Formats: sequence, C-alpha cells, structure tokens
Amino acid sequence: MKMKRLADAGQWILERFPLAKVWEEHMTNYYAPKNFNFWYFFGSLALLMLLNQIVTGILLTMNYKPDAHLAFDSVEYIMRDVHWGWLVRYMHSTGASAFFIVIYLHMFRGLMYGSFKQPRELVWIFGMLLFVCLMAEAFMGYLLPWGQMSYWGAQVIISLFSAIPVIGDDLSLWIRGDYVVSDATLNRFFAFHVIAVPLVLILLVFMHLVALHEVGSNNPDGVEIKKYKNEKGVPLDGIPFHPYYTVKDIFGVAVFLLFFATVIFYMPEMNGYFLEHANFIPADPMKTPEHIAPVWYFTPFYAILRAIPDKFAGVVGMGGAIVVLFLLPWLDRNPVRSIRYRSGFYKKALLLFVISFIALGYLGTQPATPTLTVFARIFTAIYFAFFLLMPLYTRWEKTKPVPTRVSPHHEIEDDLPALLEEITIIKPSQSEIGDPAFRGAFYNRRPNPEGIIKVLSRFGKKIVESLD
Amino acid sequence: MKTYTAVFLLFLAFCFSANASEKALLQTANIDPSNRVSLLRGAKHFVTYCLGCHSVKYMRYLRIALDTGTDEKTVLTEIAPEGAGIYDPLHTAMNKRDAEKWFGVQPPDLSLIARSRGADWLYSYLTSYYTDAQRPFGVNNLIYPQTAMPNPFWQLQGEQVAKTRKTIWGKHLELELTTPGKLSEQEFSRLTNDLVNFLVYVGEPEQQERKALGRYVLFFLLIFAVIAYLLKREYWKDIH
Amino acid sequence: MTNEGVDTSKRQFLTSALTVVGAVGTGYLAVPFLAQMQPSVKAMAAGAPVEVDISKMEPGQLLRVEWRGKPVWILNRTPAMLATLSVIENQLRDPKSTASDQPASCKNPTRSIKPEIFLAVGLCTHLGCSPTFRPEVAPHDLGARWQGGFFCPCHGSWFDFAGRVFQGVPAPTNLEIPPYRYVSDTQIIVGETNGEKTA
Repeated sequence: MKMKRLADAGQWILERFPLAKVWEEHMTNYYAPKNFNFWYFFGSLALLMLLNQIVTGILLTMNYKPDAHLAFDSVEYIMRDVHWGWLVRYMHSTGASAFFIVIYLHMFRGLMYGSFKQPRELVWIFGMLLFVCLMAEAFMGYLLPWGQMSYWGAQVIISLFSAIPVIGDDLSLWIRGDYVVSDATLNRFFAFHVIAVPLVLILLVFMHLVALHEVGSNNPDGVEIKKYKNEKGVPLDGIPFHPYYTVKDIFGVAVFLLFFATVIFYMPEMNGYFLEHANFIPADPMKTPEHIAPVWYFTPFYAILRAIPDKFAGVVGMGGAIVVLFLLPWLDRNPVRSIRYRSGFYKKALLLFVISFIALGYLGTQPATPTLTVFARIFTAIYFAFFLLMPLYTRWEKTKPVPTRVSPHHEIEDDLPALLEEITIIKPSQSEIGDPAFRGAFYNRRPNPEGIIKVLSRFGKKIVESLD
Repeated sequence: MKTYTAVFLLFLAFCFSANASEKALLQTANIDPSNRVSLLRGAKHFVTYCLGCHSVKYMRYLRIALDTGTDEKTVLTEIAPEGAGIYDPLHTAMNKRDAEKWFGVQPPDLSLIARSRGADWLYSYLTSYYTDAQRPFGVNNLIYPQTAMPNPFWQLQGEQVAKTRKTIWGKHLELELTTPGKLSEQEFSRLTNDLVNFLVYVGEPEQQERKALGRYVLFFLLIFAVIAYLLKREYWKDIH
Repeated sequence: MTNEGVDTSKRQFLTSALTVVGAVGTGYLAVPFLAQMQPSVKAMAAGAPVEVDISKMEPGQLLRVEWRGKPVWILNRTPAMLATLSVIENQLRDPKSTASDQPASCKNPTRSIKPEIFLAVGLCTHLGCSPTFRPEVAPHDLGARWQGGFFCPCHGSWFDFAGRVFQGVPAPTNLEIPPYRYVSDTQIIVGETNGEKTA
C-alpha cells in the first residue's frame, strides 16, 4: 500500500517534470565510446572539484570577513576557533590547486586526441571560456586571505591592465576602485568570487555539457562512433554512460580522493606551492616581499609575461598565450584527430610544447635571473611556435591510416598479473611449506632485478617508438 | 633529439644551482610538535623570553591546555603571566608606541612566523647572533642581518663573534663562541629547539589532530576504492 | 555488449556495498560541515564566566551584566518585593518552578541562593525579547493586578520578582536562572556553579 502511494507520488511529479527523460537522455541512453582510457577521468573530476569548491566556499563565507582590517584575522579565526574550520579551509585551498591540475590534464587530453576538432569546436570554446573564468575566479579568491602574496599578486596583475594603451590607467583604477589595492578592491573581489563568477561558471559548465552531448564524446582513437550503428540506432562502439561510465568514474573519484586527502591531511601547504609561505604574513601596503610569484597555476603565463622585455608586449604575449588556445580548432589543419595516427613530427612538437609549458611554470616561480630569463624566452618561443606554425606543419603531415572502428577494449589491469610474474621471482622455499598453492602467492615472491630491467627497457623502447 | 636533451639537462642544472646557494646557511631544527613536554617547555620559554615584546594573538591559553593535555589551572599558574585568563590570547604587555620608540619597528606577532619562515630559519636565526659594535644593541645576526631585535639569550648562550673564513666556495662568515653563557651548548640547543617547536605548533595548532585523522580517512577511502573497483570490473565484464 | 552469464546478485551486492560505504563517508563528511556552524571557540570565550561586584547595589536596584552575549539581571530585592512573591502565587502558571531552567540551588520559592539577590537571564521564554523592569505597583497601563515584576513589551508576558510567569500570557515557562556562585558576600561569578564550569 505504502509502495503504491510512493509510486503514485513519483508518477505525479514525472508527469509534470521531465526528470526521467533527462536521466535517460544524458545517462542511460547517452552512448559513449567504449574505449575511454585514463585521460577521460578528468571531466567528471572537474565537476567534483566544482562541487567541492562551492560547498566548502559557502561554509567559508559564513565566517570570513571581506574587510581589509578583519580578513586576515578571520581566516586565522576559521583555522583555529571555528570547529573543523581548518578542514573546510584546506579542502578549499587544496581544491583550488586540484581543480587546476584536473583542468590542465583535461585540456591536455583534448589536445592529444583532437577533441577540439570538427564537430566539437563549440565544446572546446565553452571549455576555454570556463578556463578563463576559472582563472578569474582563482585570482580573485587568492586576494581574500589578505596576506602579503594576496595583496602584491593582485597589485601586479591589476597593474597589467594599465599596459593597455589610452584606457589602461583608468581601467585599472576602475577595477581597484581605489588608487591602490585596498578595502574597496577586497570587497568587490569577494562579491565576484562568491557569487558573480560562480554563476557564470555553472552556466558555462551546463553549456559545455549540452554541446558535448549534442555531438557525442570523442575517444582515444578519434573515430566517430555514430557512423556505425546497429538496427536500433545504437552506435556499435558505444556503451550507455550509465552504468558503465558511472561505475568507472566512481572508481576514478575514489583514487583521486586518496591523493586529495593525502594532500589535505599531510601536506596542505605543498611546500609553499598550494599555500605560499609569504601569505602567512598580513598584507602590508608599505613593504613588498623579496620575491613575489603567483600561485603555481598561473606561473606558465606569468613567465611569458616576464620573458618579454616590454610592458605592453608582455601583456599582449600573456593574453595571446590564452587566445591561441581558443583558435586551436582552426589552427590545426589536419583532419586526423587522435595522436595515435598522427605523424612523429606532431608527436614531438606536442612533447616539446608540454615540456616548455611545465618549464615555464617552473620558471614563473623562480626569481628572474638573466640566465633563467633566457630560458624563459626560449620556452615562450616554443610555446607560440607550436600553435602559430600549426597551420603549416599540420597540413603536410604524414598521418597513419585511421581505423573505422575503435581499438579493442583493453584495460591496464589485465596486464598486471603477467607484469608481476615478470618482475618478481619465487623465493626459494626455506620452510616446510612447499605447497605449490603457497608458492605462487604474492608474498612468496621477491623482486627480480633482471626482469625489472627488461620491463623498463621495453617500456622505454615503446615510448621512443610511440614518438614516430 | 640529443640537442634537446642537452639543453634540457643544462636547464635542470641551472635550476638546482639556483636553489642550492640559498639554503646552505640554515641549520636544521630538531623539533617534534607531537612531543607535549617539549611544547610545554617551549611555551614557558616563550612567555619568559618573548612575550615581553611579541604576541601570539591567535592562540589562547585554553588551546595550549587542551592540546598538551594539561590542566587549565596548571597552564595559568605555571606558564601564563599573572592575571591572564584561560580564554585570553597570548597578548604582549608592550605598548605599540613604546615599541616603535625603542626598536624602530613594532615587534611582529609570532602566531604564524613558523609558517612564513620555517622551523630551520627560526632555529638558525635564534642561534646566530654575534657581537657587532656598530649595531644599536651591539649585536647583529648572520641569518637576518641588521635585525632590529636584540639577542634575548645573550646571557644564556654567551657571546659569539663572526670570523671571515676563506674556502673554495668564497669568503663567508663563521660564528665562534668567545664567552660561554649560563647554559651549555647542549642545553641552549634544547631551549631553542623547544621554543621553535612551540612556534611551529602555534602556527597550526590542529596539525597533530589533522595527521591523526588523515590515517582513518585514507583507510576509509581505500576501502571505498576497492569496492568501487570490484563493481566497475563486474559491470565491465559486459564489454568486449 | 552481452548480458548472458551476468551475476546479478553479485552486482546487486557490490552496488549496495558501495552505496552503504559511500553514504557512511558522506555522513562522516557532513559532521564537520554541520559542526562548523556550531558556536566557535571565540563564542565560547565570550561565554566565559563573568565576575560581578554587588557591594554597591542598593535595595531595589537592578544591574545588567552580559554573559554569553545575553543580558543577565541582578536584582537586589527589597523586603516589600519579596513579600509580593507569596501573595500572587495563585496567579502563576508554575509557582514551584518545576518546568523551568534553574540550577538546583535556586529551585526554591525565591528562586535564588540568597533571598534578596535575584539573578535571571533577561530574555522572555516566549520568543526571546528582553522584558522591562516594572517595580511600581498597579501602574495605569498594566492595571491594578500588577504587583511589580518584569513585563515583556513584545507580546505582553508577565513575570513576578522571581521571574515566575503569570497564567494567561504567551510565555510558557519561568525565566531562566543562570548558574552562579558567591565568591564572597559581595562577589558573584555568573556562569559557574560550585567549582563546575558550564562553558
């Protein structure tokens, strides 16, 4: 009787609200390619991080005070006097960095497998808008603790706008709402950080997903799965997102949370990369810290800014580094999506780009000595060359034949038993228990140096080969 | 490819050499924030030698009592200065204006000094005073030259003088104890370590609780991950 | 994709196991999130016991002190005030203070440790307004029945000089008496009973 009433109530809602329809359309009847690999975890992880930031952020606003005299104290108040305040704050601060790690890996995935190419240009554009919004969100959030790094970082970044000809000075003044970064700036950044930008982020996430589900997901082979369908119109290489990818993503979330929790509980400062040392000193408008660097996720772009010896050109370079990413769908002229079937030249170019991006990120955290500036210039040149020369080198690329269907399903863990067999040998039995059932067991084995070397050299060869 | 590798290695070499020169001077502090006895000694030293000028305004006496498992009354009578309440933060008695008159600057609040400077820096700073007649208080510091703070431990540590020494790395200053103080080198080292330990604790009072909790969280997540993996494997048997 | 040979019961079991473990995890995560909305240590510090000197109080005088951010009244009752307490007893809702909050030492006809000195949390038990002190007898706005006491202007609740509520007014119970103790004859600590701290 009760069950029936519950079902009736459910029916009443469903007749008026398309809950089941949306669920079907985007979960059980949304067919995703069956060959997603490791790189495809980061989309759902980004969503998880957004949720984490919103929930912990709301809790933080309950005790934070956006006032130049109170902000720093209120953060310490959260860390010490509020019950569990430290956990909420570390979840938020670690979450910010984790969000960027996840997003950078997510973007790299798109770059590798050509997920930005026709017909997914809009998915990429919305994604890039999300990235820009996220940077704005992170930058404004970083001012709120009102430490030395918060203050001087904001001072430097807002001053960038003054490099724009004619309107620059007025613009930066308007952004600050004062002649220096001050209480007014803090108060408006708080408003942007806690409500304005998050609303835009949520809207963009929605559009990103709608656009993606309209055209369908790409995959590591870059094959269009919609070309081959069975009699019911279901892609032959597609599987329902729910339950297959929901269970897979839950596992991905669990592994990710293991890393996330390790950072929160054991290294929340991450050696001064997630929480900078100088930010434990209250903002002092009279004294710049000896060495200021933005948080790690901005440093690649900051290094480009510093590498160019002219204020306006530097700002243009920094902005350009982001703008070229927007243009990616039209810069890459090669119709082949996945890196698996692209030329060795492109693979090496991408590798070089990744190296320079990481190197720029490192250089951005270091003081700008003359030698390091030279390196920053080299890497900046590589960064831009990768994108701007793309229309040339991708057109004459010698690609490999692209298969019509996706590669057979294969999981890394299927190789594990064989790998274990190869890198270990069975301990010569010393005890009475010589039973074969025990001898094969894991604890009866010890590492086999020869096996390990063999595996490593095979792995190395595979990497070198994969670059051709 | 070889040129790339060479350039890359060169880059790495530069990065490391840039880092190495900075930290060479610091000594290593021997601290353990889970050692409650050391924390209580450090708290006592702090109140005796530092609280005259420096506050720890984000820290309450109550928190010290709770975290060290000490009775509130004992903290108030043994550690806190007279008249302090259990809920009071560690405020200094010094007037701001007097401070500026005497030292030129206001002595900073030390709640977060360990988080901005690090334990090794603090330990090295506190032990690296040397006689320098040109400074207002007659002492200078190797780690923080021209420091405005006089040496609070000159009676305990004794007097040190700086001597220039030439090595293959170039000229650098070295300290030598000329007049021994009231404490032996070992005793003084323990005092400074306890003090630094206390400052590290005060920078993040919940750090022990955080680390203790972390183990349970990770264990739980591991179980969750294992079940999630089994479920994933079960469903993915369908996919060929 | 094939569905033959699927072990449904195993799937069901693993799904349930994961749901339970996930729910437990979410539950544990909810604890800190909800607990962080509890009063912080700062709020508890503001709730630290307050010491009050009553040596200068004249008979009939009311003193207000802040304890945990709430007004606490200290009233030095005159013999006339004490006399009213037994007179109006039949008009009270709970003359024996059985349903109200007070330390055991104050569960007596005068609701105090010493008869003259009366302490109460000055917040109406109806919706938390602070009643006004009206010691005068039968003022024209309250009528002839009024023998003096506390009157809540928000919703018209009546309390006598021992904070006991009258019948027929919105307030359900007598005013709350905070824990307090005498350090000496002229010193009271509000927020502590003998040796026991309640903060």
